[in-house]
Amino acid sequence: MSAADAMQPKLLEVKDLSVGFRQGGRELLAVDRISFDIAKGETLALVGESGSGKSVTALSVMKLLPYPAAYHPSGSICFKGKELLHLPEREIRKVRGNDITIVFQEPMTSLNPLHTIEKQLREIILLHQGLDGRQALDRIVELLTQVGIPEAQTRLGSYPHQLSGGQRQRVMIAMALANEPDLLIADEPTTALDVTVQAQILKLLKDIQSRLNMAMLFITHDLGIVRKLADRVCVMKDGKIVEPGPVERVFTAPEHPYTRALLAAEPKPDPAPLRPDAPIVVETKDLKVWFPIKRGVMRKVVGHIKAVDGVSIAVRQGETLGIVGESGSGKTTLGLAILRLISSQGTIVFLGKPIAGLKFRDMLPIRHDMQIVFQDPYGSLSPRMSVSDIIEEGLWVHHPKMPPKEREQRVIRALTDVGLDPATRFRYPHEFSGGQRQRIALARAVVLEPTFVVLDEPTSALDMLIQAQMVDLLRDLQKRRNLTYLFISHDLRVVAALASRLVVMRHGKVVEEGPAVELFAAPKSDYTRALFAAAFNLETAPEGVVAQ
Amino acid sequence: MDDRTSIKAPETTAQSPMGMAVPPEGHSVKLSPLNWRRWENFKANRRGYWSLWIFMFLFVLTLFAEFIANDKPFMVKYDGKFYFPPLFTYTQGTFGIDDELKDTAADYRDSLMQKLVAEKDGYLVWPPIRYSYNTHNYDLPTPAPSKPTWLLTEQECKQVVERKGLKSCRDLEYNWLGTDDQGFDVAARLIYGFRVSVLFGLTLTIISSFIGVAAGAVQGYFGGWTDLLFQRFIEIWTAVPALYLLLIISSVLVPSFFVLLGILLLFSWVALVGLVRAEFLRGRNFEYIMAARALGVSNAKIMFRHLLPNAMVATMTFLPFILSSSVMTLTALDFLGFGLPPGSASLGELLKQGKANIQAPWLGMAGFFTVALMLSLLIFIGEAVRDAFDPRKAFR
Repeated sequence: MSAADAMQPKLLEVKDLSVGFRQGGRELLAVDRISFDIAKGETLALVGESGSGKSVTALSVMKLLPYPAAYHPSGSICFKGKELLHLPEREIRKVRGNDITIVFQEPMTSLNPLHTIEKQLREIILLHQGLDGRQALDRIVELLTQVGIPEAQTRLGSYPHQLSGGQRQRVMIAMALANEPDLLIADEPTTALDVTVQAQILKLLKDIQSRLNMAMLFITHDLGIVRKLADRVCVMKDGKIVEPGPVERVFTAPEHPYTRALLAAEPKPDPAPLRPDAPIVVETKDLKVWFPIKRGVMRKVVGHIKAVDGVSIAVRQGETLGIVGESGSGKTTLGLAILRLISSQGTIVFLGKPIAGLKFRDMLPIRHDMQIVFQDPYGSLSPRMSVSDIIEEGLWVHHPKMPPKEREQRVIRALTDVGLDPATRFRYPHEFSGGQRQRIALARAVVLEPTFVVLDEPTSALDMLIQAQMVDLLRDLQKRRNLTYLFISHDLRVVAALASRLVVMRHGKVVEEGPAVELFAAPKSDYTRALFAAAFNLETAPEGVVAQ
Repeated sequence: MDDRTSIKAPETTAQSPMGMAVPPEGHSVKLSPLNWRRWENFKANRRGYWSLWIFMFLFVLTLFAEFIANDKPFMVKYDGKFYFPPLFTYTQGTFGIDDELKDTAADYRDSLMQKLVAEKDGYLVWPPIRYSYNTHNYDLPTPAPSKPTWLLTEQECKQVVERKGLKSCRDLEYNWLGTDDQGFDVAARLIYGFRVSVLFGLTLTIISSFIGVAAGAVQGYFGGWTDLLFQRFIEIWTAVPALYLLLIISSVLVPSFFVLLGILLLFSWVALVGLVRAEFLRGRNFEYIMAARALGVSNAKIMFRHLLPNAMVATMTFLPFILSSSVMTLTALDFLGFGLPPGSASLGELLKQGKANIQAPWLGMAGFFTVALMLSLLIFIGEAVRDAFDPRKAFR
C-alpha cells in the first residue's frame, strides 16, 4: 500500500491538538500540540509507552474524555471537513459509533455481561441504521461471520462470559463494524490476548480493512504489530509526537534518539548456560492440581478442572527453566504449586527434600530459599507499607533476631542490587513507576538470599524499554547470586533471552520440552510451531492447533 | 531508571479521572499521602467539617460536666485553706457545722453552710449552673415540672422570693430550661445526659466494631467451612428478637450502664461482620497477600498488617453511623423505660417526661432539640467521612 498518496483528500486531520487534565487544583498536560492525519484506507499507528498520551489522543478524537476535567487548550480535529472539537454533544453522537468507531483493549469489560451478543449488536444497528426484526438478524449473522465467528447462527444467544477472549474481541470488532465506519480506532485491541489469538485478530483487522477500504488509527506499544500492520507511524513520548513517518523509513532509518532506543529495546538473547552436571534444585514428578467441580445439593464432585495434570520437570542449579504456553495452560498454577502456595498432588523435591506434604509450619524454614515475583507490579506491593517495610518483612519472619543495623544493611544491598537508590526506601510504592515497582518486588525476593526464584510473567506489565532493562537485571542478578529461575511467560521474546531450557504447556500438560536453543530452532509439535510463529512473526496457525 | 520523573497519570486519568492519589506538596510528613488527601476531602465538606468541630466542642465540654453543672462549688476557701469539692468529699464538720450531721457529706447549697463559710472570711466559687443532674430544687415557685426561671412572673415566684428574703424573681438561682417532674434542673440533665449518651455510644461502637472486625476478618480470610458455619450462626443470631430479649433480661438484672452495654453488645457486633468479611474475601486474593505467604508470613500477621488496613476504610466509613444508631438505641430504651436506672441523667427519660407532661413543653423541646442536634451532627460527620474515603470522589 502506498502511503505517499498525497492527492487523496484526508479523512481525519488533527492539528495542534493539546489535552489537559485538571486534578486537585493542578493542571496536567497529557497531550502537547500534536498533529497527524489519516487518509481513506490507510492505517496510522500511534506508538509509545504507557503515559505517553496515545490513548488520550484516541479518546479525544471520539470526544470520550471525562470533560470538563479534561479540556483542550489548543488544536482542531477535522473529520471529513467537519470540525469535531466544538461540535455539540448531540451531533457528536451521530459521528460516534457511525462514522468513527472504537475497539478497546479489554474485551471482558467492554461488553455488557448481562446481554446476549445478539442484543448488543441489534441495539447498534437499530440506533444508527433503523433496521429491525428479520433484516437486523440477517445483518448480525453477516457481521459475526465476517469477523470469523464460526456458526454465527448458534452463537447469537451467547452471553459474553460464554465466549473466549478472542471471540469477545471479535464481537467487539463486529460491533465496531456494524455501521461500516470510515474510521476505526483500535486502542491496544490485542494487548489482553494471547499471542496466538493476537495474530488472528490482527489478521482479521487487516482483512476487513482492505475489504471495506476503511481507515484505521491503531494504538499500541508493540513495535512488532506496527511493522506488520501500519502504513505510517507516529512515535509518541510525553504527550508529543517525536517522530512521524512511513513505517519502512522509521524502522530502517529512525531519526529521533527515542525511536532508536525503542527499536533497540529488544531484549538481548543471552540465556543462562545449560548445566547438566549441576545439582537439581527443584524436581516435580507427576504433579497435579485439580480443582473439583461440584454439582447438586450434596456438592458431589462430578469432575475436575485439570489446571496442572501430571507435570514432571526438573530445574538445575544456575539454570533458567522457561515455561511457556497460552493463557489457561496452567503455567502460573504450576509455579504456585511448586512453592506450595496452593495444594497439589504428586511429588515435589526441593534441594533434595520432599516437600509435597509439609505443613505451613514445616515449610517455614525452607521458604527463604524459594521466592516468587509476580506479574502485576501494582498489585504485588502493599500500598500501605513503605518500601523498606516491604523488603524487610521476610527478614522479620526468617531472622527475627537480626540486629536492626544488619537488617537495614541487607535492605540497602538488595535495593542496590536491583538498581534502585537505597535512599528511596522510605517512600511508598505509589511514588514509583511500574518498572521500579517490579524492581522492589525483586528486591523483596532476593533480600532473603534465595536459591530458587519463580518469576511469574515479571515483564508482561512493563513498557518495552523497561522490559529490556528488567531482562538485563534478571540475568545480572542470576550471575551474581547464582540463582535458579523458573521463568513463566507468554512473551517468547523475553523467554528466548533468558531461558536455558524450555517447557511448553497446554491444557495443564507438558507438550514439549528440551534445551531452549534446540526447541526454538526446531519445534516438534504443531502447537509449539504455531506459538512461535504467532509470537515472532504475528502469523496465524491453521484452525484447531491453538485456541480461537 | 530515567522513568522516575515521568508523569504516569494521564493515561490512567482517561479511564478513571479521580482514581489517582495526588502526591503531597509541602505538608508535615506524619500523615501518609492517602490520608492527607482524605483529610483534605473531609475538610472540603464544610458541613461535615464544622459538624465535627461543634460535636467535639460539645463532647469535650460535657466531659467536664462536673465543672459546668454541679451542686458543689469548684473551690471553697474556708478559714484560710482551699477545698476542692468536685474532687474530694468533705464532711459537714470540715466547715464548722457541729451537730448530729457533722460526719455526713457537706451540702454546699445549704444556706447555713454558706453563712458559716462567709463568716470565716471564705468564699465559694460556683460553676455556671448550680445544680447537678440529681439535685432537687426545694425552692420551686411552682409545682414541678417548673417553668424556666426567666419565664416566671413576679406573682408566681413571690412566695419563694419572700421566703428567701430576695428582691425579685431575677435573684433566684436560675433553672435555665426549667425543671422536670422530679424538680431536677433540665439544663444540668441535658449536659449529663449528652455525656452519658455519647460515652455509651462510643463504648458500644468501639467494642462492637472490635468484635465485628475480628469476626469478619477470620471469616473472610479463612473462608470455606469457617465462613459457612459462622455465617449461618450469624443468620440465626440476627433472627433472635433483640428487643424482647432485652425486656426479659432487664426484668431479671438491674439495668445499669454496663449491663445495658453488655446486652446491646450481644447483638450490635454483627453490623460490621459482613462488610469486613467481604473486604477480606476480596483482599486475600491480592498478589501482595500471596507474596507475603510466599515469604512465610503467618496468617495472623497477614491479616493484621496487610488486610486489616484495607478493611479499615470500610469500617471507618461506617463508624459514625454505628455511633449514631448506638446513641439512638440507648435513647429509645430510656424512652421505653428499660434503660438506665431511674434518676440517672438520660435524654430518653427526658423525652418520656415530655410526653407525659404536655403542659410543660420545655421538657419535650429541650430533649428533642438536643437529640436532634446530636444525631444530625453525627450524620453530617458520617457523610463527610464517607465521602472522604470514597476513592472515586472528585477532588475539587
